[in-house]
Amino acid sequence: MTTIAPARPRSGARPLSLSVAAQLRTFLALISRDLAVLFQQPLSFIVRTSMQPALFSFVFAYVFPRIGFGIGGAARAGSSLSFGNVLLPGLMANTLMFQGIQAVALPLVQEFSFSKEIEDRVMAPVPVWAVALAKIVSGAIQGAIASVIVIPAVWIATARAISPDWHHPALLVSMIVIGAFVGASLGLMMGTIVNPRSINLLFALLVLPLTLLGCVYYPWSALHTLRWLQIAVLFNPVVYMSEGLRAALAPQFGHMSLWAVYGLLCAGFIVMTIIGVRFFYRRVIS
Amino acid sequence: MTVAEPVVAPVSDDEIAEAGIVCRDLTKIYSGVPPAGSWSGGGRPAGPPGGARPQRVPGEPVRAVDRLNLVVRRGELFGLLGPNGAGKSTTIGMLTTRVIPTSGQAFVDGVDVVKYPPLARTRLAAVTQTNTLDRSLTVFDNLYFHGRYFGLSRGESRRRAHELIERFGLQDKSRAMVDTLSGGLAQRVQIARALLHRPAVLFLDEPTAGLDPQARLALWDLCRELNAAGQTILLTTHYMEEADALCERIAIIDHGRLLALDTPAGLKASVGAQRIVTVTLERPESGAARERIERIAGVNRVEAEGRVLRVYADVVQGLTLEIVNALVAAGEELRDLSVAEPTLEAVYLKLTGREYRG
Repeated sequence: MTTIAPARPRSGARPLSLSVAAQLRTFLALISRDLAVLFQQPLSFIVRTSMQPALFSFVFAYVFPRIGFGIGGAARAGSSLSFGNVLLPGLMANTLMFQGIQAVALPLVQEFSFSKEIEDRVMAPVPVWAVALAKIVSGAIQGAIASVIVIPAVWIATARAISPDWHHPALLVSMIVIGAFVGASLGLMMGTIVNPRSINLLFALLVLPLTLLGCVYYPWSALHTLRWLQIAVLFNPVVYMSEGLRAALAPQFGHMSLWAVYGLLCAGFIVMTIIGVRFFYRRVIS
Repeated sequence: MTVAEPVVAPVSDDEIAEAGIVCRDLTKIYSGVPPAGSWSGGGRPAGPPGGARPQRVPGEPVRAVDRLNLVVRRGELFGLLGPNGAGKSTTIGMLTTRVIPTSGQAFVDGVDVVKYPPLARTRLAAVTQTNTLDRSLTVFDNLYFHGRYFGLSRGESRRRAHELIERFGLQDKSRAMVDTLSGGLAQRVQIARALLHRPAVLFLDEPTAGLDPQARLALWDLCRELNAAGQTILLTTHYMEEADALCERIAIIDHGRLLALDTPAGLKASVGAQRIVTVTLERPESGAARERIERIAGVNRVEAEGRVLRVYADVVQGLTLEIVNALVAAGEELRDLSVAEPTLEAVYLKLTGREYRG
């Protein structure tokens, strides 16, 4: 019976708050739960994240040049100006965004609506915003891993026809990290705002435009002939992820100012996190 | 309301520290339409059933809980009884840090739940009628990660999870994914998970709703066992017989207000509800026995029907013995005697002046 006996009233004054260390332990435990779920089925995760970029780069950077379709200009496969090199950073950026939706938004929509699985985590002894932030951190970790998986996937799918520039490791790592956090905060915002019934609209109205108008398949500078579009896409966070990663992996194509990239990604992260946390709070506290 | 609100003495700080739960003038007013289920863990079907919510004009603020005063002692198995929409779930929501009170105070294990929600969450645990188990994890991992959220080390959390799995007879299901569990088993796992961090107060919000009779009885046994081991439990239910069977004291609430608070027996006695003693004799009664019984203090009315006498009486000590003595004195031979206790339904009817809308 000792195992189920409740905490007895303790004598003397008890502290009226939890220590920061205790709350940090809870925060890390919340993240470790998400990662444990992720690594239960690592193969499924790899297939899920690599299929889309692998097939895309296979068709556009391997098949097209061989059947005479000239996407990506006249550059030959294998040259540093090949389409595969434009594509790689873009597909990584797209993965960072998409993982935010897949690792954060979709589970949240489900956990808030019919399954209410979020309950046990919301009742963990930390402020509610910390539960939302833990979701962002675990989503970002997942996104970062997924974007790295894209590199070998594209390399294999294009028959090794890419030649990434590895000379800017700090820029590359920082872009992956910031991009992963931006993607996860976007996921938190969407997962808390979107009504479960309109989840399908999320893909049509958000994921597709973000991808296709996210400078994933072309550098932003190439849009200069469509000035209105070049300006319109600046509202798309994926543009800055693509440009930043392109600056790291394929600087030969030119890219927008890194100040703009870092600045706007950080601003976007902060804004989307604040909105996401607020909506998260409103979902669980009335 | 036909009955005056119970007078509640003010609660001192010492009493707050000593009590399991204290509500002081706890009030929640929803402006506009209250969310379905009142708190997100409630899991009630969306939209209030017809007439179940307090009468309200759309857009008018709704007093879901209205100046509720309550003290639940440590070690008590306390019942909150009321129909759907009475304010039970909102009350539990406020006590478990999920609904912010409009005014008033609430304390669990001496901790102000409004001021210190994370700290309060270490002292309480809530189990809802819906299965909120983490479907991505096994039964064991549901318990294990719960321990980790509450700051237990890996080893300690694993040990506690094993203990509780054994204690709750879940060994066979330890590695099962939770979506394979039956409703009754899922509820057991939820309670095991809730107890993992040794909460001072366990909140069970309509824990038997939707369970089959067997699973319901098993859960009743579990509640009694936990309570016998010292666990303070606050249980909400809209089943009269559940409150009657389990709870040491019951608060009846409706329209967010406390209507009555007492032991089940006290509640029944307080409203003067009648006890019906049915006596079967060997041969039809002559009239002498009936006269003698009618003279017993507390007896209101006697109906005779052939060999059967029905005695309507107030709840008084030693009533059956006096009836038997009266029968013997009248020279009657007794074949059978049964006593029907007053029900909580009668109490409820008396308090609210209307049928119980469970």
